[in-house]
Amino acid sequence: MSINWFKYSAPTTFYPLAGKMIPWFGWLTAILMIGGLYLGFFETPDRLSDQKEYYRIIYIHVGAAWMSMWLYVVLAAWALAGLVFQTRLSYMMAAAIAPTGAIATFLALWTGAFWGKTSWGTWWDWDPRMTSELILLFLYMGYMALQSAIDDPRRADRASALLALVGLVCVPVIFWSVNCPDPNECAALHQTSRPGGGNMDPNILWAMLITALAFWMYSFYVILIRVRGIILERERHTTWVNEILENKR
Amino acid sequence: MRDLTLAMRRRTDVLTTLFFFIIVVSLFPLGAGTEKMILMKIAPGVAWVAALLASMLALERLFASDFADGTLEQMLLTPQPIFILVLGKIFAHWLLTGLPLVFIAPLVGLQYYLPDEAVITMMLALLLGTPVLSLIGAIGAALTLGLRGGGILLSLLILPLYIPIMIYGAGVVSASATGTTDLQAYFSILSGFLILALVLSPMATAAALRISVE
Repeated sequence: MSINWFKYSAPTTFYPLAGKMIPWFGWLTAILMIGGLYLGFFETPDRLSDQKEYYRIIYIHVGAAWMSMWLYVVLAAWALAGLVFQTRLSYMMAAAIAPTGAIATFLALWTGAFWGKTSWGTWWDWDPRMTSELILLFLYMGYMALQSAIDDPRRADRASALLALVGLVCVPVIFWSVNCPDPNECAALHQTSRPGGGNMDPNILWAMLITALAFWMYSFYVILIRVRGIILERERHTTWVNEILENKR
Repeated sequence: MRDLTLAMRRRTDVLTTLFFFIIVVSLFPLGAGTEKMILMKIAPGVAWVAALLASMLALERLFASDFADGTLEQMLLTPQPIFILVLGKIFAHWLLTGLPLVFIAPLVGLQYYLPDEAVITMMLALLLGTPVLSLIGAIGAALTLGLRGGGILLSLLILPLYIPIMIYGAGVVSASATGTTDLQAYFSILSGFLILALVLSPMATAAALRISVE
């Protein structure tokens, strides 16, 4: 049996598929988010170690932070796929991921600032993780700025894909350098919080994981909607797009 | 070679970069106060930020004039591998913008009351670090070729990637000013960056040039 791996790499076939998947991801997001938040707010103790109610920011903060990093890897992977296979859809996916990733990064920084204000007494600290997240935001901004600065979509796609790959190579180096500014004593990260480690209530952990999963589904949901928009915009001269538009009317 | 000759005929370009560096470095004491302790503390960071900006300002010119008159297209058509060509251009760029900064570093040391060892360390660090700046910057310059607002876009793309070099470049100078830690590790890392960039950057730049020119 031979599988046609590229069947859904054409915008024509992917557009309806995405349309079918969007409601599923939308419902999954809603269910997981409501379930996770319920678990997180009503089935957990009021305190996490020495922190009071405000630790509940964790349900948004951790999910957003994970997505922000993961989405950059996915973005670069689509960019690589685009450069290797020359498929238009890969570039469209990469372009659709960038805003969601940037928003997740911003959300992680923002909720982190609130959390920091309540637990450390400061909005911002030059902690390695926060600095890394800030730099990640810069990378997303650079990607989107380059994409929008080039008028020719073909060149914009390929140039920003290359930038994403260069960024991906640099990201580990940047994060590592931020983590240990002094190479002579670079044994431990500054924060050592591990999920499940320490005295975390299992329900808190579960709620955190479920909300993180909800963020993941939400990313799928939004990215698919956005990529459908991009497909329609880019392919507006083709007959199949015009047929869809005719039927909508 | 051609780039060098051209640049020698327009000496002001080189001098502008150099004076930009000097002016930025001189502005900080005026803004932050001239106390000796403060100045010694911020000197490494200031010098590196100024070096970053100076090297970036000149990047725009790296491919722009050749692109404007079509020379670049001809160069891409030649049978020589592009990355050698690119490497040559980057090397010329570094000779004109990076190397002068190495020699001007003692002036920064004077202005910021740095001890002699720290000045020598700074020169070494700049010698290792500025080529990496040129190499990484070339990728950005090739990507933003011929775009409106290319200069400001270039800074947005490139500056985040400069961070590691700045951290260790400034770190080694601070370390040598306080004289407490071993400097070997810093230099190893900086040379590591240089080797890595030397291998990867010309290829990425060549790919970016192809995308931009076609």
